[in-house]
Amino acid sequence: MSMNTRGRPTGAGTPSTLAANGAALLPDEPLLFEIGDTEHSGVDLPDAEISTARLGGFERTAPLDLAGLTEPEAMRHYVRLSRLNHSIDAGFYPLGSCTMKHNPRLNEKMARLPGFADLHPLQPKSTVQGALAVMEELSHWLLTLTNTSAVALTPKAGAHGELLGMMTIKAAQEARGEAHRKIVLVPESAHGTNPATAAFLGYSVKAIPAREDGTVDVAAVREALSPDVAAIMLTNPNTCGLFEPDVVAIAEAVHNAGAFFYCDGANFNAIMGVVRPGDLGIDAMHINLHKTFSTPHGGGGPGAGPVVLSEALAPFAPVPFVRRNADGSLDLVEHAEAQSLERITAFQGQMGMYVRALTYMLSHGGDGLAQAAKDAVLNANYIKARLADVVTVSFPDHHAMHEVLFDDRFFESTGVSTLDFAKALIDEGFHPMTMYFPLVVHGAMLVEPTESESKQTLDAFCDVMRDLANDARDGNTERFSGAPYTAPRRRLDETRAARQPILTWEPDDARAQAAE
Amino acid sequence: MRYLPHSEAERAEMLGVIGVDSIEALFGAVPEDLVAKRPLELPPHSPEYLVEAHMRQLAGRNHAAGDGPFFLGAGAYRHHVPASVDHLIQRSEWLTAYTPYQPEISQGTLQMLFEFQTQVARITGMEVANASLYDGSTGTAEAVLMARRLTRRSKVLLSGGLHPHYRDVVRGYLRDDDDLVCLSASPSGQGDLLDRIDEDTAAIVVQTPDFYGHLRDLKRAAEAVHAVGGLLIAVVTEVVSLGVLEAPGALGADIVVCEGQSIGNALNFGGPYVGLMATRQKFIRQMPGRICGETVDAQGKRGYVLTLSTREQHIRREKATSNICTNSGLCALAFSIHLSLLGAAGFTRLARLNHARACALADALEQIDGVELLNKTFFNEMTIRLDRPASGVVDALAQRGILAGVPASRLVPDDDQVNNLLILAATELTSDADIEALCAALKETLA
Repeated sequence: MSMNTRGRPTGAGTPSTLAANGAALLPDEPLLFEIGDTEHSGVDLPDAEISTARLGGFERTAPLDLAGLTEPEAMRHYVRLSRLNHSIDAGFYPLGSCTMKHNPRLNEKMARLPGFADLHPLQPKSTVQGALAVMEELSHWLLTLTNTSAVALTPKAGAHGELLGMMTIKAAQEARGEAHRKIVLVPESAHGTNPATAAFLGYSVKAIPAREDGTVDVAAVREALSPDVAAIMLTNPNTCGLFEPDVVAIAEAVHNAGAFFYCDGANFNAIMGVVRPGDLGIDAMHINLHKTFSTPHGGGGPGAGPVVLSEALAPFAPVPFVRRNADGSLDLVEHAEAQSLERITAFQGQMGMYVRALTYMLSHGGDGLAQAAKDAVLNANYIKARLADVVTVSFPDHHAMHEVLFDDRFFESTGVSTLDFAKALIDEGFHPMTMYFPLVVHGAMLVEPTESESKQTLDAFCDVMRDLANDARDGNTERFSGAPYTAPRRRLDETRAARQPILTWEPDDARAQAAE
Repeated sequence: MRYLPHSEAERAEMLGVIGVDSIEALFGAVPEDLVAKRPLELPPHSPEYLVEAHMRQLAGRNHAAGDGPFFLGAGAYRHHVPASVDHLIQRSEWLTAYTPYQPEISQGTLQMLFEFQTQVARITGMEVANASLYDGSTGTAEAVLMARRLTRRSKVLLSGGLHPHYRDVVRGYLRDDDDLVCLSASPSGQGDLLDRIDEDTAAIVVQTPDFYGHLRDLKRAAEAVHAVGGLLIAVVTEVVSLGVLEAPGALGADIVVCEGQSIGNALNFGGPYVGLMATRQKFIRQMPGRICGETVDAQGKRGYVLTLSTREQHIRREKATSNICTNSGLCALAFSIHLSLLGAAGFTRLARLNHARACALADALEQIDGVELLNKTFFNEMTIRLDRPASGVVDALAQRGILAGVPASRLVPDDDQVNNLLILAATELTSDADIEALCAALKETLA
């Protein structure tokens, strides 16, 4: 039996015994509804006598079927479930475009101070001056790092920020009497949210092809520009992990055509403190606080996506925003005035994330943020250098920025796919890289190490990648085709999930009845 | 720098492997004049104790809700969150995991989302729910768009009792849309949008309890809109109310959107919160956001995956149902843990207790000269009319350490009929002493 680099047996030999490795500490956990019942509760509350006089006849009549757990049962349920997850704290998480960096615990501690966590969004402004100061300070950092004119803090995620950014562009063009501009240019390498956002606002999307070297050609942009083009949505550094060398010329061409430059800031981690996007000519850019500024990803949110705006778009920043009064106190402007846009969320946005991000910035300082960007770029290039002779680097002629793109040419005709390769990484204790994105290369594998990883971790990852690449080439396909062997689950049947959607739990007998 | 693992020696060694002299050389694609020549004008890195001191100083300039009597609601509610909830959500495996794109090593998050969807479906009385949206306000805008897709009609009526921020968000999402009809504020709880429904109506949006605390008749609304083939979108900003009130699904709602903050999540000055969305099985392919589904693995074991992703932006790009990418994962987890700690028995007790505290508040307020209670019905929130502008009264009481409620004019400006209105909420955390302190201060201020 062959062994993997961690001394575990591999191959399809005896998968059932392999799966048992470590299983003693990872028991399957039943569903909440299979453990609890409607009578159990982990919260002691008095039984209040109520009259129904003020409920207007709208009281609940149907019984509420909601399973409850006592506190010890709940602790065990959620602790056991948690152990079925990979996490940054437990292991390398090189998901390209996701910036899975370390989440400092000071951030968590600060966000939980009652002076931040226990504040109602509609308290009198005189009672929340410290919270408004957090918003003002965070804005100052973001404006300084980007050299832009205004920032809208409230978007709740990157995609929400994109939406807001494009709304400001739309508003600016309507204000200029140019509502006829209905086309948005989006390079092929863009995140899926970009075309989705443009379409959401009624724009039609025109794709710009990538050059052979993975970057956008200013000539292709010039060719696509017309009086009907509203904006270009460009990610820089782009999703191939490359800085767009023509970015300034692209910005000029776009502006000369009367259009705006929306920059997707998902990859800001590569350049924070080193390059200011405002100097590149961008008009709007969202910044993912949950990527670049370390607020935790939380299993898929909550995020935060503030948008910085150029002078031309600044008047269209939505409410609410913070403004300093003549007496030095801080005001929260909550109702649209002049050209400002309507709010895009209730209240003030993701305050909990503002506190965490500001704490992160203060910890790093301007120097530490620049060093973090540089280390992120160093790490990506180190991985690229260590793997270039065995794994296909998609665009070998450029230095990578903070992420490096590989594709599937190196295991062509071995029968191994990018998906198989990614799943085999799981057996080695690593979270797979981003697969099949961007779409501009075949079988993409996008690796983003971030600045948080030590050389030791990067070396261990590169050793495994080399070993896997060699095995794929040597025809040891079993290591890939059935992978993962040692995860809490083997490969899951996604087709079945989509064809016969089961989205909520029902007891077995209820399901059987429904099927009859 | 405590967060950066490399020593200078390691950096040098790595540069050697790459074959360049300096990290700066790796930025060669950046035009030289764009690389910041000198450090930006920002303070240098700082030790943990100094950062903490700075943040504590900022936090100390705020009056926390728990510092004194507190009666604010209007879409965000102060409830007790069990200590175990915050402990659990800070476990590394929940806090520092990404979206469950690799299901084999994300079963914890996925099973939790499946449980969450089931809980949301059950409290709302609907068949299916998604894995959460950003919050109630954006969820309402998404529901309006979903209803338009489902009905292929565009006229949407927003009730005057809808939270004004929610109305503004819907308006923002549907910019300059003539088919969006927003009814004016209805503080009395009277009058509604039913006679505005016509054959072109895609959906009506009704909040209950509404912004002013009144309980609204969803059944009548559902019947009226269904008669023309439109849909009822029910909005609930205080999700605890579902512990005593009939589930919107049982009353005919087609899409239910709730702000889930009340369960498991702190006030946080407005966010992060968690939007709940539930609907009927037949509508799922037009529902936005992530959805988790049950399946089996290669060995036939039950497991969970994100599913129906052909609706989503990373597959469909410009044809997606929404541009939404994230949900509100950790807030959904907090919601789900808290709700499983409550269970049906605890959830019902919590709701009854909230109503009882609100009744005590209403009874006390009605005794005060110059105070008129507008609500015949309410759950845990109500509106009173004062004999003067409410904002001045609230500011005066804040000076005395009492956070008395939300002046309606804060959200509904330039409307004389609401200037004197004050919206107050009570929860299980509202004590008799809090109510006495409020009433004493109100009496003195109004005297």
